[in-house]
Amino acid sequence: MCGIAGLINSKGKREHGNRIKRAIMLQNERGNGLGAGFAVYGAYPEYRDQYALHVMAKDSKGLKLVEEFLHRDFNIIHGQDIPVWNFKINDHPFFRIFFVDPPAPGEKGREDRFTDDDYTLDRVMEVNARVEGVFIYSSGKDIGVFKGVGTPGDIYDFFRLDDYSGHTWLAHNRFPTNTPGWWGGAHPFNLLSYSIVHNGEISSYGTNVRYLESFGYRCTMQTDSEVVAYLLDLLIRKHGLPVEDAATVLAPPYWTSVEQEEEGDKKEKLLALKLIYESAMLNGPFAVLAAFDRGMFTLTDNTKLRPMTVGQRGDYSYFASEISALYEMEEELEQVYTPRAGEPCIITFDQQDNQADPIKTAAH
Amino acid sequence: MTNFQTPSPGLRSTYYPSFNLEWCDGCGICAEQCSFNEIRMERRGEQKIPAANRQSCGACHRCEYTCPRGAIHIEARPFHLRENSLWNSQQVHRAHLQSASGAVALTGLGADTDVPNYWDSILFNACQVTNPSIDPQREAMETITYLGTKASRLQEIKDYRNFNNSLIRLELPLVFAPMSYGSVNLNFQVALARVAQKKGLLWYTGEGGMHSNLEPFRDCAVLQVASGRFGVSPEYLDKGRAYQIKIGQGAKPGIGGHLPGEKVLEGISETRMIPLHSDAISPAPQHDIYSIEDLRLLINGIKEASGYKPVCVKIAAVHNVAAIASGIVRAGADMLYLDGYRGGSGATPSIVRDNVGIPVELALAAVDSRLREEKIRHRASIVAAGGIRNSADVMKAIALGADAVAIGTALLLACGCHVCQRCHSGKCPWGITTNDPALSERLDVDWAEERITNLVEGWHHEMQEIMGLNGIYDIGSFRGNRLILRGVGLSDRELSILGVEHAGE
Repeated sequence: MCGIAGLINSKGKREHGNRIKRAIMLQNERGNGLGAGFAVYGAYPEYRDQYALHVMAKDSKGLKLVEEFLHRDFNIIHGQDIPVWNFKINDHPFFRIFFVDPPAPGEKGREDRFTDDDYTLDRVMEVNARVEGVFIYSSGKDIGVFKGVGTPGDIYDFFRLDDYSGHTWLAHNRFPTNTPGWWGGAHPFNLLSYSIVHNGEISSYGTNVRYLESFGYRCTMQTDSEVVAYLLDLLIRKHGLPVEDAATVLAPPYWTSVEQEEEGDKKEKLLALKLIYESAMLNGPFAVLAAFDRGMFTLTDNTKLRPMTVGQRGDYSYFASEISALYEMEEELEQVYTPRAGEPCIITFDQQDNQADPIKTAAH
Repeated sequence: MTNFQTPSPGLRSTYYPSFNLEWCDGCGICAEQCSFNEIRMERRGEQKIPAANRQSCGACHRCEYTCPRGAIHIEARPFHLRENSLWNSQQVHRAHLQSASGAVALTGLGADTDVPNYWDSILFNACQVTNPSIDPQREAMETITYLGTKASRLQEIKDYRNFNNSLIRLELPLVFAPMSYGSVNLNFQVALARVAQKKGLLWYTGEGGMHSNLEPFRDCAVLQVASGRFGVSPEYLDKGRAYQIKIGQGAKPGIGGHLPGEKVLEGISETRMIPLHSDAISPAPQHDIYSIEDLRLLINGIKEASGYKPVCVKIAAVHNVAAIASGIVRAGADMLYLDGYRGGSGATPSIVRDNVGIPVELALAAVDSRLREEKIRHRASIVAAGGIRNSADVMKAIALGADAVAIGTALLLACGCHVCQRCHSGKCPWGITTNDPALSERLDVDWAEERITNLVEGWHHEMQEIMGLNGIYDIGSFRGNRLILRGVGLSDRELSILGVEHAGE
């Protein structure tokens, strides 16, 4: 059991974390104090074009190592300690943030075939797998992930999140079960522009990990949820699937439902997605809330063994495990919707024309 | 001078039928049913009673099951040799037998040695508390599997319909191992083909060609092209759902098949396109494949001749299997059939069967890992075979990385086989691995179909249970999911090859 809350302003209007904090703290029963975290999109406007690499290290030696590593492989535009308030939590890792630009192709050993994103991903994975006790747990542009062992309120205060504002917020309250409660294992999980919070248990984890490994991803966080962030990066960014298709891949309809589809192109595409991406499918009970650079979406398993609700008012969309948390964020919701099992709910965010899409669902 | 027969060491059976003469009514069915002449009827006073000669019983249990009075049971009569761990009874018996015949000792079915069986050292996980198990009686539990060359990403596919249709759909990840017409009879093949069609599975012809009676089942038939090319004709290359190039077999890696002339009767001679009563000896290698490039040529040749049907390559699991598999996939095979050390056979030299090849568990794990490392796993499906005994073995193979699993011996068992390992004799008392008309008649096609159907259905239910108790509703999330498995009593080396952690970790 875990708690989830999220909000997005589809016109890109930024706000402080007050509302999201209240929404996640309202769901305190869903966690046990062994993990909480937040993701803020729009967190670093002054460095919005740089990859914001958030580093967690068990000691200052680790921080030094990773700084040398980043110096070697990137152009560091700015680096500083992440401000923390360690009054309530004093047993914690060291945190530092680096705003970096990837080197031009050909420089610093960067191969031409890599895009900026591919190169950054590869280096992040390398640090996480190779440098002992050091993890880069947030690597997007203008995105900050703040997470650790504690209650949502404690973690919010620890990272001084009152000082940040964003147009998209994710929050998570963790009740770790099969995997340890440690700082890196708290949610959200982020890779480049994808961040996810997850409530549930991924029984397909073993299959998903081996699948991701064959595309160069390395799973180092000891928590099943991290595969969802990597799968989104693979499917949407690398393979160019639309969000709807990526959602279909992760929670595909049952074979019996596919068979009931009307013959035609839509069915053939659905079948092809199921066949090609069999190993990317998620099994087990889950509710996922994912944020990416163009919006936010939810996804639940085919039998919906984990809750997810959505609310809307004006340009704002709200997500939470419990409806009460939606109202904690906005008392006068215009619409409250509970997605059906396996049905994704996608809010896209278009900065160009500032048009908010209404709640869009892609029912199977 | 005492008169005695010259002794013939080796002419003694370890098993014999024991008769309860109080229950026996002298009907003589046992003597008729025994195809090895172990039982004869003797006159005792007014009555006729059965007697065993204790020379040729192989514990096939045919007499026991056919006795209307239940008056027979098979007993063991072990060879109590002076204790010797080197010259144990099996070794001594084999030397005696060969001294009597001067021949290569043949045997049937898979290796019965105590080479480690890794299936039994691997245990499944199960859901407790945090992730709910799923009840297959009440909820969806899907085992649909597609075999063939897939794609690594959707963008590679130009035409979804063509792509989808190029793959072979199985209702559950199970296929019937190749058993040739000749090594088994037509009744058995028809029963297999009927079940495959009805249950949405595949059956393989084996190397003996396809008898015309089996044409109605061509939509689920994988037709074999083996080194002897028996039955291969332009028409043959139009008939199959898919084709299999047989390079090797788990029970006899490195050697070809041998069907003795005595078994080459009319239907078989016609189907194999060879003269009546001539030995059907397939060469050890395929004489047009001396390199991986040659294999590619044959794969492409079959594809072009067959209108681009999927092509499967069958190899025996041997030491360098991962590298070989990689070559085969790169040569264009759509499916790779891995036959392990314990794979069965209708006739094989026991010295080869028992001493050559490696267990499929290790081969499968190594091949799956290798193909993933090389990023070509999607280019071919893996079918694992060789000593699969039950649904748990099937699911362990799937979790290690197999797309589907082939079963052979288990299908014989469904039809009464008691693993007496005398398939090569052509005298199968259960009427399966024989073409003797009188013996073949014993296998009723409808009955065999029902028994095999039952076995498949029973396994299917069990496979769904195993998925459900792991909280997985789709076999796709079980495939390659080695985290579901834990080893017990295995060394670090074995665990690392299997890619499985030890229990307790």
